[in-house]
Amino acid sequence: MNELIESLSWMNDLLFMAESTSTLAPKIDFLHWQVFTITMLAFFGIAAVVIGLYIRYRRKEDHQVTEIFHPPLWMEAAFIAVPFITFMAWFTMGFHDFVWSRTPPKDSLDVYVMGKKWMWKYSYPDGPNMVDTLRVPVGRPVRLLITSRDVIHSFFAPTMRIKQDALPGRYTESWFEATKTGTYPIFCAEYCGLNHSTMIGSIVVMPTREYDAWMDDAKRNTYASRVDLGMTDQQATMATQGARLALEKGCARCHSVDESNASLPPTLGPSWVGLYRSERTLADGSKVIADEAYLTRSMMDPMVELVQGFPPLMPSYQGILQSGEAAALTEYIKTLKKDSPTKLGAR
Amino acid sequence: MSTTHTVEDGFPEKHFLNQGTTFKSWATTIDHKRIALMYLVTVLFTFFLGGVFALLLRIELLTPGPGIMDAQSYNRVFSLHGIIMVFLFMIPALPGVFGNFMLPLMIGAKDVAFPKLNLATYYIYVTGAAFAIWGLWNGGVDTGWTFYAPYSTTTVTKVVPVLIGAFIVGMSSILTGVNFMTTVHTLRAPGLTWGKLPLFVWAIYGTAAVQVLATPVIGLVTLLVAAEAGFGFGLFDPARGGDPLLMQHLFWFYSHPAVYIMILPAMGVVSEVIATFSRRQVFGYKMLAGSTLGISLVGFFVWGHHLFVSGQSTFNAGVFGVLTMLVGVFTAIKVFNWVLTLYKGAIDFKTPFFYAMGFLYFIIFGGMTGIALAVVSLDIHWHDTYFVIAHFHFVMVGSVVMGFLAALHYWFPKMFGKMYSDRWGLAAGLFVFIGFNVTFVPQFLLGNMGMPRRYYQYPEVFRTLNVVSTAGAGLLGFGFFTILILLVVALVKGKVAGPNPWFSKGYEWNTSSPPDMHNFHEVPVLVDAPHAYEKVPEGTLKAEEEAKTEAEGAHHHV
Repeated sequence: MNELIESLSWMNDLLFMAESTSTLAPKIDFLHWQVFTITMLAFFGIAAVVIGLYIRYRRKEDHQVTEIFHPPLWMEAAFIAVPFITFMAWFTMGFHDFVWSRTPPKDSLDVYVMGKKWMWKYSYPDGPNMVDTLRVPVGRPVRLLITSRDVIHSFFAPTMRIKQDALPGRYTESWFEATKTGTYPIFCAEYCGLNHSTMIGSIVVMPTREYDAWMDDAKRNTYASRVDLGMTDQQATMATQGARLALEKGCARCHSVDESNASLPPTLGPSWVGLYRSERTLADGSKVIADEAYLTRSMMDPMVELVQGFPPLMPSYQGILQSGEAAALTEYIKTLKKDSPTKLGAR
Repeated sequence: MSTTHTVEDGFPEKHFLNQGTTFKSWATTIDHKRIALMYLVTVLFTFFLGGVFALLLRIELLTPGPGIMDAQSYNRVFSLHGIIMVFLFMIPALPGVFGNFMLPLMIGAKDVAFPKLNLATYYIYVTGAAFAIWGLWNGGVDTGWTFYAPYSTTTVTKVVPVLIGAFIVGMSSILTGVNFMTTVHTLRAPGLTWGKLPLFVWAIYGTAAVQVLATPVIGLVTLLVAAEAGFGFGLFDPARGGDPLLMQHLFWFYSHPAVYIMILPAMGVVSEVIATFSRRQVFGYKMLAGSTLGISLVGFFVWGHHLFVSGQSTFNAGVFGVLTMLVGVFTAIKVFNWVLTLYKGAIDFKTPFFYAMGFLYFIIFGGMTGIALAVVSLDIHWHDTYFVIAHFHFVMVGSVVMGFLAALHYWFPKMFGKMYSDRWGLAAGLFVFIGFNVTFVPQFLLGNMGMPRRYYQYPEVFRTLNVVSTAGAGLLGFGFFTILILLVVALVKGKVAGPNPWFSKGYEWNTSSPPDMHNFHEVPVLVDAPHAYEKVPEGTLKAEEEAKTEAEGAHHHV
């Protein structure tokens, strides 16, 4: 069976299918090819009949007379039976695969996935928290426990052929086992507002040894792995810790830290470049200087001193940022002067 | 049928269009034919509006990044496109225009059962449409036409006016359904038994049943979501103790049968057109009528196929999958029967026939991709991607609009007494057919690649297929525009059509073109089944010739 599926994999190219990178993918694809092929055969068959009948039975005169007859019973039965049996066969095969896709193996690695406008956050039960990038080992089943912080999102990894809505107030489950190393996209597939189309992440599938090494390293280092930022040799100053936090906590999703990169879309919140000690005009018209105290208050209770011209979207980080972390972020913001912004990485 | 010689040949002096020419005579008309034309003008406008927004979307999607609008505007534009197309065109158009015009003619009645209610449904529709469009223009909505909670109950855009507009339009649909069902039950001419009903009448009847039974549920949903958005009720938002899946179930309980409101009349048109242009009653009349009722009924039990990955249970997914396969069987039965209607027929490839063939093409692919989506495992990949968008545009635009255009071109001479250029009709139809394929076939492929729906920006890898799709949309729009022109030209200076330019034996051709205000000069007695082409019609030149040559003893082969 596997050889058969392998030999037909060119059909995926014909159909523009996403790459096949999980144990579920070949099952889905094999059924897809069957449905596609039979549909096309049926269509061309019907088209041939129509064309043939048209040629044979063209009208010869305006009031031409035709016979009346009714379909024989066996034909009526065939009209019902053939589609019914075909559709039910497909359903049976598909539902079998569906149940398989909803049954995570017992030895799966668990990862908690949280969707919120407009980012994906992951949490390994005894490991690090990550934003956007989900790291998994190749060849091991991974169970995703998915929820949402606000509205309905949907976790969609096309190359793994998995999709599961993320609902606020409850957990839904999905699982996959990656069969190839590499980096694969994650999309949000349930419309969730303004930045639905940029709520994109990646699954990084790593060889087992690399994954274990990364996980050990991440467990020792409370913040995002240094490997992500290519800062292996740098000292962990407060500012660099803040740079990592800005990625890990998702601040950089809404606050730009690099105005020199013109291809990035405009962000939702005020830019951090040149922010420190600048004069801010608030929504109620009053003015304030953005000093350490203001920056910290903005992280903890952002609605109280909303800057004019920006939507009221920032959630509070009370309880999410420890005080040392808020300080590290503040130190980082202080380094972002107007003429020398810091590049923070791929986003 | 013995009425052909009492029908005026050529263009009648008095007909429903000139019997009363003041504004008041139109605004207060209770003539189903005038009401149908008022619906026609309005739905053409809403179709145009929805189409403009579609073109704006496609232009934005030419580029992976921002193009001609920002993200918030894009989200509002796709919502506008969906809401206008679904509620203000697809649901009201075929019943409101052709159901209204043809139903009484096809059963030999002077009008529908409740003519004043009929006029009311038009005004209710216009009121709801105005409300919805005003709401969309003023601060509404970025929720998509499906307005899932809790996004719709917490978004900054104003949803309440649009929801109220949809509620009002729904009222119009329910009352139309009540009217049409009563008409079929009570106003059939003598001799017209249920077993002889034209297939278009069966279609309208099946549609009306769905309109009456399903639409109240969307009325309920719009009110509940409006209450939650406006007053903070906690039915659907978990943050207020609600259940987000409940909203989806309630929404799709209507919105799935709604798509059968859209397709059933179109299928009825196709039955009539194929019968006329093949000069045969449809092969398997009983199967076709039965399938119509089957779709009407089973269509109520499949809504959960929109919720396969929503968090609905695996068991439910199985049940809804099986039921969806069942409803697909009915359409397959219809396709086989339509095709075999060509067997031993006398086929004339005119514009309406072209559209009927186009409908067949689109219903095969649209329907089969629907079955493919109902294969639950495949839906995991395709749900909420461009594959689904392509599927429903194949059935909604491809099939339903083809059906609408078939109806328009088939019954244009009956409604207006003039004939359009068949050559231009075919050319325009070809533009639409090709344009449609170039627009939507790439979208199946985009879905296979994994491009999700409602994406303002997209990764570079999806660019090429998006560009091709936009090019197709341009051609499609051009095709529609060409149709408009050719029909307007026909209205102004087309040839006189006469009562029966297609030599059809459908019942509606038993009267002049355009028909008299009261449809028939005397109540017709409908003895023969419609589309019985095995006898030469009385009173025609051919019948007189035959009678003469038989009398002369010559052997005459037909």
